[in-house]
Amino acid sequence: MRLEAAPDEGVAARAVSPERIAAELASVSYIADQSLATVIFLALRLGKPVLLEGAPGVGKTEAAKAIAQILGRDLVRLQCYEGIDAAQALYEWNYQRQLLAIRQAGEKDVDIYDDRFLIARPLLKVLKAPQDSVLVVDEIDRADHEFEALLLEFLSDFQISIPERGTLCATSRPVVVLTSNRTRDLAEALRRRCVYHYIEYPDAAREAAIIMLQAGDVAEATARAVARAVRDIRARPLAKPPGIAEAIEWANAATVLEKGGSPWPEAFRRAIGMLVKDEEDLATLGPELGDIVEAALS
Amino acid sequence: MMAAPCLPRAAAPLVAFAELLRQSEFPISSEQVTDFLKAVALLGPRSMDHLFDAARATFGPSPDRRQEFALLFRRHFYGEVDGPDDGVKGGMARRGDADDAVARRARDVRREKGGTLSSADEVLAARDWDDDDEGRGALSRFRRLLGRSLPVRASFRTVPARARGQLDLRRSLRTLVRTDGDIPRPRLKRRKRVQRNLLLLIDISGSMKLYTADYLKVAHAIVQGADRAEVFTLGTRLTRITAALRPASPIQALERVSHCVADWDGGTRIGSSLGALVATPRFAAFARGAAILILSDGLERGSHEEMERAIRQLARRAFRLTLATPLAADPQFQPETAALRGILPVLDDLIDGSSISSLTRFILALGAPGAVARNKGKREQCDR
Repeated sequence: MRLEAAPDEGVAARAVSPERIAAELASVSYIADQSLATVIFLALRLGKPVLLEGAPGVGKTEAAKAIAQILGRDLVRLQCYEGIDAAQALYEWNYQRQLLAIRQAGEKDVDIYDDRFLIARPLLKVLKAPQDSVLVVDEIDRADHEFEALLLEFLSDFQISIPERGTLCATSRPVVVLTSNRTRDLAEALRRRCVYHYIEYPDAAREAAIIMLQAGDVAEATARAVARAVRDIRARPLAKPPGIAEAIEWANAATVLEKGGSPWPEAFRRAIGMLVKDEEDLATLGPELGDIVEAALS
Repeated sequence: MMAAPCLPRAAAPLVAFAELLRQSEFPISSEQVTDFLKAVALLGPRSMDHLFDAARATFGPSPDRRQEFALLFRRHFYGEVDGPDDGVKGGMARRGDADDAVARRARDVRREKGGTLSSADEVLAARDWDDDDEGRGALSRFRRLLGRSLPVRASFRTVPARARGQLDLRRSLRTLVRTDGDIPRPRLKRRKRVQRNLLLLIDISGSMKLYTADYLKVAHAIVQGADRAEVFTLGTRLTRITAALRPASPIQALERVSHCVADWDGGTRIGSSLGALVATPRFAAFARGAAILILSDGLERGSHEEMERAIRQLARRAFRLTLATPLAADPQFQPETAALRGILPVLDDLIDGSSISSLTRFILALGAPGAVARNKGKREQCDR
C-alpha cells in the first residue's frame, strides 16, 4: 500500500506559508531564515522528510525540536552511531517474555508474536502514531551505509516489514527530520527522498538575536560583541569552530564573570574555555584573542 | 488508447531547468522534478526567491556544488552571464553567449570546491594523459589485491561468528524461542572488520611534474579498489579529486581530473593546503584513524613552520603517516630542507616514491600482520 502524499489535517493547518512557519518557530525561540522556513513549509506540505546538513552547532537538532513544539507533538529521537542496526532503530522481540510465555502456556498454543512481545524502537513508534510525534534521525552521517539502506524503505513508503507479522504501514505521513554534520557524503537515494537544506552559521545580527533570546541575562551590547567575535574566530582555520550553543555559553559565562568583578575584555578572555574546546585551537587563538575581543567590543 | 497527459505550458521552463541540471551532472530523479513542480505551486510562487528556494529544497545540491547550482539557476531563469551584479539579461538572442560564459564560470566554481582560490602566479595548465599500457596490468593486479591488503579496524557493527566470539544473546534467545526452548549451542558474534580510511595527498607542483601522472594512476586504482579512500591534490591550493577518479576507465577518470585541477605544475604551498584540509571538519574527520600517504618531495615554497604544524596535526589524527618522496630513490638521500627535517619526527615512514611499483608495494604491505605505526610514541613525545 502506498501512502497518499498529502499531509494530515493538523500539519496542513499549521503549514500555511513559509512566513507563518518562521513566525511560529520564533514563538518557540527558534529564529529561522527565509530559506529554512520555506524548506520546513515544503516538507510539511509535501509530506516528505527534511534533511538538514550543516557544521556541528548550527542548530539542526534544535530546528527539529522547534518543529515538534509548533506542531504540538512528541519528539522521538534516534541518535545514529556506527553499527546501529534494525534492532535499535525499528523493533525487537522481547525474547525473555516470549520464553516465559511458552513455559507458562505448557501444552496450550500461544502467539508469541503479538504486540505484548514487540518492543517498538523509534521508527516503529512513529509509524504506529504518526500524528502524535516528530521523528529526528540525528547525525545520520555517523551511521554506516547498511543503516542508510535500511532507512530507505521507511522514508519512501513509511512502512516496516516484520517477517513474523507482515508489513506495517503508517496511517498518515509522519514528520521526519534527518540531520547530518556532513562528515561523509550520504547516498543519493537517501537525499532524493528528502527536502534538503544546508544550514550555514548565522550572520552576526541573527546570531546576536539568538544569543539574546537563548541566554538568560546577557545585555544587547554583549550579545553583539560575542556575535562579532565568534564570527571572526570561525573564519580562522580551527579544528573545532564554535557553534551557536558555545557562543551562548560564552556570552553567559562572560556576563557572570563581569558581574563578579572582571572588567569586559578580561571577562571574555577568561571565559574562552566555554567557546573554544580544543587545545590546538586555544594555542592558535591565544596570541590574537585580545585583538579579536577588542575589535568586537569597539 | 489513452493520450499521454501533457504538462501545462507554465511548467515547461521548470522541467527544462531540471534537464539543464542533469546535463551538468546533477543526479536529478523524476520524483524530484515532480516535487519541484508541486513546491512551486505551493509557494505561489510570489517571487524568484521562492522559485530558487523550491529548486534548492527539492533538488538538494550538495554544498560543494551550491554555487554552480545558483549559476545554472540564474542562467536558466534570468539568462544571466557573469553573476548577480550584472542584473537580469534576458532574451533569447543572447542566450547562446550566456550559455558559454556561465558554463565556463560554473566549471571554474566546480574547480574551487574543497580548496581556496590560487594566486596569479600559478601556472594553470590543462593536462593531456596518454593511454599508457605500461604498468596497466600491474595496477589492475594492485587494485584486485588492495581490498584484502589494507589495514583494518574493528567496526561497531557485529556479525555472526562460528567460534571465538562473544555470546550473541539476542540470536541465542531467538533460536531458543523458535526451537521451543531447545538450543543446540549458543550463538556467537564478533565485531566486523572494516578497512581503515586511506587518505592520499598528491603534490602536483612543478618539481613533481615527472611523477604526477603515475601518482594519479595509483590514486585511480586506490579509489576503485578501496572501500574508503579520499584523494586530494596539493599545489597552490587543495583540490578534492575523489569524485573525478570514480569512473572505472582510467583514461576517463584522468581526463576528469585534468579538468577539475587548476594548479598543475605551479608552486607548492603544502602547509596552507594541508591546513585547509585539517580545518574542514569532514576531511579532518576522515583523517582520524586513517592511513595517510603524502606523495611529495617536501620542497615547500611557503612557510615551513606552517607545513610542520599542519603535518603534526595530521599525524595526531592518523593511524599511520607516510611521506613518499622521489628523492628517496637515491640511496644517499638525507632530509636536508628545514621542512623535511621538521616533519621527520612525526612521520611513520619515509619511503621511495619514484615509481608505481615502489608505491604499490608499500601500500599492499600496509595491512600486513605486524605492520604498525612505528612512530606513535615518538609523535606523542613531540606533542608534549
